[in-house]
Amino acid sequence: MKLQKKKKAPPAINTSSLPDIVFMLLFFFMVTTVLRQTDLKVKLVVPQATEIQKLEKKSLVSYIYIGPPSETFRSQFGTAPRIQLNDAFAVPSQVPEFIEKERSARSEAEIPFLTTSIKADRETKMGIVTDVKQELRRANSLKLNYSSSLRTEVY
Amino acid sequence: MKKNRATPEVNAGSMADIAFLLLIFFLVTTTIDTDKGISIRLPPMPEIDQPEENIKLKERNVLKILVNSADQLLVDGKLVTIKELKKATKNFIDNPSKDLTLSESPQKAVVSLKNDRGTSYNTYIQVHNELKAAYNELREAKAQAEYGRALEKLTKEQGDEIRDYYRQVISEAEPEDAGGGN
Repeated sequence: MKLQKKKKAPPAINTSSLPDIVFMLLFFFMVTTVLRQTDLKVKLVVPQATEIQKLEKKSLVSYIYIGPPSETFRSQFGTAPRIQLNDAFAVPSQVPEFIEKERSARSEAEIPFLTTSIKADRETKMGIVTDVKQELRRANSLKLNYSSSLRTEVY
Repeated sequence: MKKNRATPEVNAGSMADIAFLLLIFFLVTTTIDTDKGISIRLPPMPEIDQPEENIKLKERNVLKILVNSADQLLVDGKLVTIKELKKATKNFIDNPSKDLTLSESPQKAVVSLKNDRGTSYNTYIQVHNELKAAYNELREAKAQAEYGRALEKLTKEQGDEIRDYYRQVISEAEPEDAGGGN
């Protein structure tokens, strides 16, 4: 009798701290989702346009940055606009190699949908952009997007 | 005396579910600055052994746009500003007045764009933007006239028909280095 009285249902696991844990996770994700983009080594302000389209699949886009080196690199690389591929400065002739690398990272079926996005500073001269365009043609990467922001005012 | 029972605890079991819901909501909706821009398609590189074919186009079917290193525009020999470009392009493509110096039909119209190496990227984008705007406006007008609806509300076939009627052909020549910039 005495034994039976003492017998209790096994205590429920205390889950009162679970919300706290999940909230912590939530905050962690909210704070850290800054999707790792390559560190920009060039200063760029993209041009504004009205007829812009969204790039659909972000995973199928490779970026080429063009602009004057940012302040920390100015003493080393000067102020003339430069090309940045991934995390390093590059010359136009390195573009096909870069495209090849981007392609090999994707599956065969995705390759025709690969788009190159040129993010160039609006003050850049067309010479360097043209060089990149020619290299892209050489690499047979023909889908191109000139990154621009939306212009709201009409002139 | 009977033991005084503690007030029953508030059931916090569902709190976790609510938090998870929030977590998933944030995970799904955080789109980090979507990439937008002007899409174009580059022409393929000509084969090396392929003889350079010069497709003969009638003079009147080509709208020649030249941009120099001072960002000035020359459209079919006339100096125009960016603001006037869209109107000029629309007029060229559609040719409502059947002008003999403008295109025969929208399908035959070709826009030829040539810029200098010293042209600023911004001007180049603005030119592309105006050309695209010209085509988009013509398509939109056609969709309204033919189906009485906005272009994006049409079925795929109808939309393709209109896009094909006003198909955008922009030919870009190799830029020249005339100096004065770069």
